[in-house]
Amino acid sequence: MTASTDLLLEYLPIVIFLGIAGVMAIAAIAGSYVLAPQRPDRDKIAAYECGFDAFEDARGRFDVRFYLVAILFIIFDLEVAYLFPWAVSFSEIGLYGFWSMIVFLGLLTIGFVYEWKKGALEWE
Amino acid sequence: MIIQTIMFYVLAVVTVGAGVMVIASRNPVHSVLFLILAFFNSAGLFVMMGAEFLAMILIIVYVGAVAVLFLFVVMMLNINFAELRAGFLQYLPIGGVIGIILLAELVLVFASGAIDIEVPTTVASPTPPADEITNTQALGDVLYTHYAYLFQGAGFILLIAMVGAIVLTHRRRADVRRQRITDQVARDPKATVQVTDIEPGAEGTWKSD
Amino acid sequence: MAEAGVWSTYFYPLFLTIGYILAIVVPLLLVLAFITYFERKVWAAIQLRKGPNVVGPFGLLQPVADGIKCLFKETIVPAGANRMLFVLAPMVTFSLGLIGWAVIPFDQHLVLADLNVGLLYLFAVSSLGVYGIIIAGWASNSKYAFLGALRSAAQMVSYEVSIGFVLVTVLLCVGSLNLNDIVEAQKGLWFFIPLFPMFVIYVVSALAETNRTPFDLPEAEGELVAGYQVEYSSMTWLLFMMGEYANIVLLSGLSVILFLGGWLPPFHVEPLMAVPGVVWFLLKTAVVVFFFTWTRATLPRYRYDQLMRLGWKVFLPASLAMVVIVAGALHAFDWLPR
Repeated sequence: MTASTDLLLEYLPIVIFLGIAGVMAIAAIAGSYVLAPQRPDRDKIAAYECGFDAFEDARGRFDVRFYLVAILFIIFDLEVAYLFPWAVSFSEIGLYGFWSMIVFLGLLTIGFVYEWKKGALEWE
Repeated sequence: MIIQTIMFYVLAVVTVGAGVMVIASRNPVHSVLFLILAFFNSAGLFVMMGAEFLAMILIIVYVGAVAVLFLFVVMMLNINFAELRAGFLQYLPIGGVIGIILLAELVLVFASGAIDIEVPTTVASPTPPADEITNTQALGDVLYTHYAYLFQGAGFILLIAMVGAIVLTHRRRADVRRQRITDQVARDPKATVQVTDIEPGAEGTWKSD
Repeated sequence: MAEAGVWSTYFYPLFLTIGYILAIVVPLLLVLAFITYFERKVWAAIQLRKGPNVVGPFGLLQPVADGIKCLFKETIVPAGANRMLFVLAPMVTFSLGLIGWAVIPFDQHLVLADLNVGLLYLFAVSSLGVYGIIIAGWASNSKYAFLGALRSAAQMVSYEVSIGFVLVTVLLCVGSLNLNDIVEAQKGLWFFIPLFPMFVIYVVSALAETNRTPFDLPEAEGELVAGYQVEYSSMTWLLFMMGEYANIVLLSGLSVILFLGGWLPPFHVEPLMAVPGVVWFLLKTAVVVFFFTWTRATLPRYRYDQLMRLGWKVFLPASLAMVVIVAGALHAFDWLPR
């Protein structure tokens, strides 16, 4: 029980730190809001554009490529997530664990080569 | 001890509350942000159980990657959610039935005693003792050897996801010019550059390609 | 429980922790302010100019003047913006820039939260950095901000993967996610010597991750004005800048811990051993921060397709191959840690 309590005690400062950082950020913005005169007018709060008023809502559709990058990132991020415990217990799991990971990475390398050949990694 | 109990209830309540807000909030972007809040609090609950590795992976993978994709989709697609909501009542009966079935199953499981609430105190702790071995290592020690086949299965799923994503989304555009570095580097100057001596005043013969 | 008991069990440690946190945050904020001064002086020197030299002796009070100016400027929220998220975004960036410092060991056991998974914690914090940018870009409801945020998110995400692989290689050589253990493992040899290619990949990826030149495409002035920051003013803008600089210093500090021996002196000889570890740590971090500044004054900007190619087609396969090579070498030559 003591061990797990110790573990939790290590996390407590992080929670407090997060609280302090948040309070500082809020204080900074609120302080500036209170101290500085706020006189918004129509032109001042218009979105930045080159001379004209914005024709439409800025949040349009965009290239599907950005989604593809996000999906590929998730997959490689998971791969990295699998590598972390492997690296930590690398000396415990011996040659079997080593080859186990090599096969896993081999599988993903097949996927990677497929991506490359398909041109999914090209930005045009 | 008392702080732990308070922390647990705070995290648990916020998790559930954020979960409710995910489906209740009108703005889809707010929904995703509430989902992220729920992930954070779940990570906090993992830490309280001593599973710090899982907590960090939850944040790295779910908040750092999956929720980014969600945000991309929700923010940038600019879906008209009022339209989607129009069919809400239509789906209510079937949604309600599924909900009731799930609830009934949960009640049955608890009532039949298949899950004994006392069990966690009697069986070995699901996390190894923290003072002997960090739980990252405890996980690594078995994942790649004892559970090697499941691990390779995960590899296959990732491979399929990768191929699937490309098949579904990748379009090769014909209307753009690409940079081919190998071609650029391999280009032979002799074949493309012509050095011509021009007599001053004489009509030069220019070749261009 | 008696009054004194409550005091000594809860409040005293609480105030102590808050004290520690302030002891990190206050100097950090000062350092961030003066890094802007330092940067401008370095660029000026590189370009044979003088740099800020009017406010205070040698222009030393310039950051103070800048801070006061930002404080007294009007906070402009664009008409079409989502007000709440618009203000939330800089707060997220700023807070994330700060909380990473909770696990950085300044000296042996001089660390606020000595987590078993310290390295993962830092990886998690850096992977969250995307949020401030996406939220800002979307909430502003401006085309420039939106495009800048998209680019920036895709860029950070691409380089995050190679940073992950770099962390794994270091981990292979240490066998622990604890940052203290990682530094201790470099007692004999700093990791940047055996793992030099990974060190290079880390530093370049860190530049991309913090959106610095040559990878500062999100704020490419020529095309996107200021990217996701275009609609921000006064304190909200200042928080973005502080958050970004905090991230730069954080990643520099992490590179010192991973590759440059953290608080360890360069040679184990007596006069160097006598210098406290904090000094070594800060000195090395300053050198890396200088490198960041130097690249900004020297290198031109990448084109977006070149940037993505470098991330996905060069760094990703190279770092993945290095993971396998390092693991194989550790096994083959029996250099396993522990």
